[in-house]
Amino acid sequence: MTELLLFDGVACIRGDRLLFEGLSLTLNRGGALWLRGPNGAGKSSLIRLAAGLLRPAAGMVTRRERTALADEATALDPERPLRRALDFWARIDTVDGHAVDRAMDAMALGNLADVPVSMLSTGQRKRAALVRVIASGAPIWLLDEPANGMDEAAQARLVAAVAAHRANGGAVLLASHFALGIPDLAEIDMGTLT
Amino acid sequence: MTALAALFWRDLRRAWGSGALWLPIVFFLLVAASFPFAVGPDAPLLARTGGGMVWVAALLAALLPIDRLVRPDRDAGILDQLAVRGFADEVVAAVKIAAHAIGFGLPLLVALLPAAALLAQDGARVAMLASGLAAAIPALAALAVLSAALTANLKGGSPIGGLLVLPLAVPLLIFGAGMLDPSGRGAAKLLAAASLLLTAIGPFATGAALRGLRE
Repeated sequence: MTELLLFDGVACIRGDRLLFEGLSLTLNRGGALWLRGPNGAGKSSLIRLAAGLLRPAAGMVTRRERTALADEATALDPERPLRRALDFWARIDTVDGHAVDRAMDAMALGNLADVPVSMLSTGQRKRAALVRVIASGAPIWLLDEPANGMDEAAQARLVAAVAAHRANGGAVLLASHFALGIPDLAEIDMGTLT
Repeated sequence: MTALAALFWRDLRRAWGSGALWLPIVFFLLVAASFPFAVGPDAPLLARTGGGMVWVAALLAALLPIDRLVRPDRDAGILDQLAVRGFADEVVAAVKIAAHAIGFGLPLLVALLPAAALLAQDGARVAMLASGLAAAIPALAALAVLSAALTANLKGGSPIGGLLVLPLAVPLLIFGAGMLDPSGRGAAKLLAAASLLLTAIGPFATGAALRGLRE
């Protein structure tokens, strides 16, 4: 089974507004799909549909594997040291500490393990959320504006992490208003849907 | 199971961490300490009315942390992350209720002893208060988490939250305080029944409220 995520004729209504309808997409193993478009075009709503946090107004969303979501909320307890906050999700995902170690190295956060999450900068928090996604081991990554607030070095690490994930048979759905320099990227322009 | 334990310990750590453990205890004892000033130091009167005061204070102590039971988790995206991982909202709600029951219930039972002394309750009444509160604590926790979930989307929702659950908590107050009345036979069983009902409904009602937060 190479398809990990399927949208079939999906419509999304937020409030009283129709964001898009009749949207079909397929995300295969090793694939990456870039949702582009202006603010308010429905990129985040599509990500939340893919995550199962929203129900489609019409159509069907099928997930064949576990998903990991990184959106604007880090979901890390602000008062906890970074490593302990990440370990909480490692226990929820029942992955061992080495997965967290490796993911922290990949995002260059190893030296911040003892710093409380509330003391991290915006970009560091974004990287911490990506560590949570990487360490979860879920095949489907849903990234909503993952590079906001990141410097160039961190963006390069993000691109490298996405490449490694795809090489391992994972898939990435990425919502971003600018291209990140990820090679071999399919795209959907959300601005043209409605 | 490990995941649920991690969730439970996180909630308990947040309930007891950084001094929050003392909040319900201090509140409970403050009510018990100020009541004699309000009604006068007449020991028989205190003994007769103090038990009811303990029940009111226990209900309010359960509702005290209402604004940090659900809303911070919603704002931080914790609830979304749990939903993405396929946790049923009812399961998350049940874990939150259990953690709140332990988190405020255990300290409350400890604080009951000094509070009962301040309100001139004798040994037999303290025993009845303790067993009654122990039976009602899961229900009080369920009501608190339910109203926290219902008001998590509202700014300044906690006062409304208290009002929301007040009617549901009335049976607990009636039967709980009724246990202390010598003529109140059967009140203990009715209290247990009311508590069981609210505790059983709690996770489902709270789960529905958590689902509503995502829309």
